[in-house]
Parts: sequence; structure tokens; C-alpha cells
Amino acid sequence: MSQTRDRITVPLIVITAIFIAVATYFAFGYAPTADVLSGSDVQRIFYFHVGIAWIAGLALFVTFVCSLLYLWRGEQRKYDIIASASVEIGVVFGVMVLLSGMLWARPVWNTWWTWDPRLTTTAITEFIYVAYLMLRGALDDPQRRARFSAVYGIIGFASVPITYFSTKWFNTIHPDLFDGQNLSPLTDHMKPAMFISLAAFTLVYILLVRMRAKVERTSDEVAQLKQEVMSISN
Amino acid sequence: MSYLRKVFIIVRKDLVTELRSREMIFSMGAFSVLVILLFAFAFDLRVTKAGTVAPGALWSVIAFAGMLGLGRSISAEIDRGSFDALLLAPVDRSAIFFGKALGIIAFMMIVEAVILPLFVIFFNLPFVQPLIILIVVLGTVGYGGIGTLLATMAANTRLREVLLPVLLLPIAIPALLAAVKCTAGALDGRDFAEWSNWFGLLIAFDLIMLGAAFLVYDFVVED
Repeated sequence: MSQTRDRITVPLIVITAIFIAVATYFAFGYAPTADVLSGSDVQRIFYFHVGIAWIAGLALFVTFVCSLLYLWRGEQRKYDIIASASVEIGVVFGVMVLLSGMLWARPVWNTWWTWDPRLTTTAITEFIYVAYLMLRGALDDPQRRARFSAVYGIIGFASVPITYFSTKWFNTIHPDLFDGQNLSPLTDHMKPAMFISLAAFTLVYILLVRMRAKVERTSDEVAQLKQEVMSISN
Repeated sequence: MSYLRKVFIIVRKDLVTELRSREMIFSMGAFSVLVILLFAFAFDLRVTKAGTVAPGALWSVIAFAGMLGLGRSISAEIDRGSFDALLLAPVDRSAIFFGKALGIIAFMMIVEAVILPLFVIFFNLPFVQPLIILIVVLGTVGYGGIGTLLATMAANTRLREVLLPVLLLPIAIPALLAAVKCTAGALDGRDFAEWSNWFGLLIAFDLIMLGAAFLVYDFVVED
């Protein structure tokens, strides 16, 4: 099989890099130091924190949808590839959400960690998707691996809202920027910075999924070629 | 043969096998008592206000003992080769799921029937009361139901039962949390309105998880 060079990856990398650079400028240069997020410049981590959190959530949602499609659209390998690639990205971004949140929480809340619903839900969800990856690692048969992980991807995602509600009835101190319809606490100069950051991280996500899926497809191809060679030499 | 009858026959099969060997009930029971003792030493429950720790201790014991039973119930079938035979039976796959789940829930409840009086004895708190028994039943149904699905998956992996806690606990956390809150509310004799949202969450967990497990069980046992 000859691998045609795809025309999307390189331009996508360039565009993503530009967006990340612009988002960084907006976060540090354009956005004002906000009062709502407690004072000092440390709140500028918000623009990255929200972008990362959005990707962590999006990645897991994509896994959920692909898991459903895998089971109900005749077990096609492409859905399994995207679901698993997305989980890997979701897990990494989940850790980054927790870390970036801690960096902000330490000076503002005066603690690294608190059992706030969003923090707790994020941490538990993180464990669900680490379990997802462990499950994949413990299964050798590719079809069973795909089926089991699709099942776990669905169950795991279904449990996220339940977890959120279960932890919601503890006291929350996490700032709620999306309360109601409008982004009320955000001033006019903060919104563009946030939306550019969201766009930039979405591009990062698309780029990563594409690359990870490509690696997976290549490894499928290698496995197939190996088998062909084996059958010829025998 | 009606659907319910099929489910009942699978449950009876599990109960009869268990009553002949009594392996699982005894190991779950012994393990539960040991965990209770462990908690008693670890938290020194005599001096602290036992009521604040006891509901959490109860559900930790149920979760751990349930895990033991879940892992064993499925992997014993697979080791004996009887799980394949079960799949060959001319019944709907979901009947097998409900049969296995009900069997495990029954075992857990037998063990709980021992644990609850022990909690009364050790902690001197009114654990044996209708409301707490209802909460224990609801918690056990959700935990055992989703646990049956995940135990079937875990038993088919290379890691076998080792994987079960990793798969089950993060998903069961909301149910355990709600059960702890309800138990504490009932134990303190607080108004139902104060903890009714936790109670609703427990029921929602049972319905959502049993429904989801019922829908996807086919994919876990199909080969």
C-alpha cells in the first residue's frame, strides 16, 4: 500500500501554531487583569485552563459517540481508533486541567486541592478513563478489545453526570463563569481572549486525534504486512 | 417459559451451587468482619463520634465484600467452562445478565444480613431499621448490577479480577456516596426532605446503570 502524503496535516500544524501564539498574546497582552477571578496576574492561567478543560470534555464526548457508533454501526475499526485516540488525549488534558487548576488554586483558595464538585468529578472521570486504557491494555484480541472498551466508554460517560450531581451537593467554591445564559463575570476584553483560546485548543485536539489515528492505522498496516510476509515465507 | 422464569432458573443455579460449597458466602463474610475490625482499629471508633464514621465504614465493607463476590461469581463460571454452556442456553442474553446479577445481589444481601447486626453490636447504633435496610438494598442493586457487567468484562481480560476494582470503583463512587449520605441521614433520624436528593440519586444510579448494563451486555458476552 503506498502512503499518499496528506495535504492537511502540515497546514493544520501551521494554523494551530498561529492560533496558539495569538491565544497566548491575548491571554497575556490583551486581556485585563480580572477582578472576578481574584486579583493578580495568576488568573491569566484561566485562558489555558478553560481551553484545556474544554478539550478534556470534548475528547471524552467524542469517545462516547464513537463507542456508540462502534457498537451500533457494525463494529467498524475506524470508530475504535478515534475512540481510543480521543481517550488518550482526554487523559493527558485531564491531568493538565487538574494541574493548571492547582497552580491557580494555591494562591487564590490558599490550597492546592478541595473537594469541590468540579474538581472531584474531574478527578473521578480521570480515573474512569485511566481504567479504560488499562482495560485496553489487558485485552489481546483486537475485536474484543474494541467491543469492551466501547462498552466501558459508554458506561463511563454515562456516569459522569451522576458523579457531578453527587458531588454538587457539597459546598462549591469553584467560580462559575457559565452561570445562566451570559458569561456575566467576564468583561468585554476577557471574552475574545477566552474564545480564541478555546479555538486554539480545539485545533490542537483535532491535530492530535488525526496524528494518533494515523499511527494506529499504520500499525494496523504493519501488522497486516507482517502476516502477509509470514504466510509467504511459510 | 416466561422471561422471569428463565432469570429465576439462573439465579437458582447460582444459589444451589453456592449452598453446596458455601465458599463464597463464607469468604465474603469472613472478609467483611475482618474489614470491620480493621476499621475499628484504624479509626479507633470507640473514642471518636462513631456515628460520623460508621456509614462510610459500612459502605466500604459492602463495596469490598461485593467486589470479592463479583470477581469470584464470574471467574468461577469461566474456570469451570460453565459460562460458555450458560451462553449456549436458549435464553435471551439479558436473562443471563439479570440472572447473574440477581445471584450476586442475593449473596451480597446474605452477607449484609450479617454485617448490619455486627454494626449494631460494634458501634451501638441503630443500623437495623427498615429505612436503612431499604437503602442497603438499593445500593446493593446498583452496585451488584453494574458490577456484574464489569466483572464479566474483567474476567475476560489478561488481568482478570485484578482489573475489577479499577473498572468498578470510579463508576460506583456516586452510588456509594449517595448510599453513605442516606445511611447517615437515616441513622441520625434527620428529616427525609434533608437527604431526599441523595435518595433520588441512588435510585437514578440504579435505573441508569441497570438500563445501560442491560443494553450493552450482549456485546460483552458475544464471541
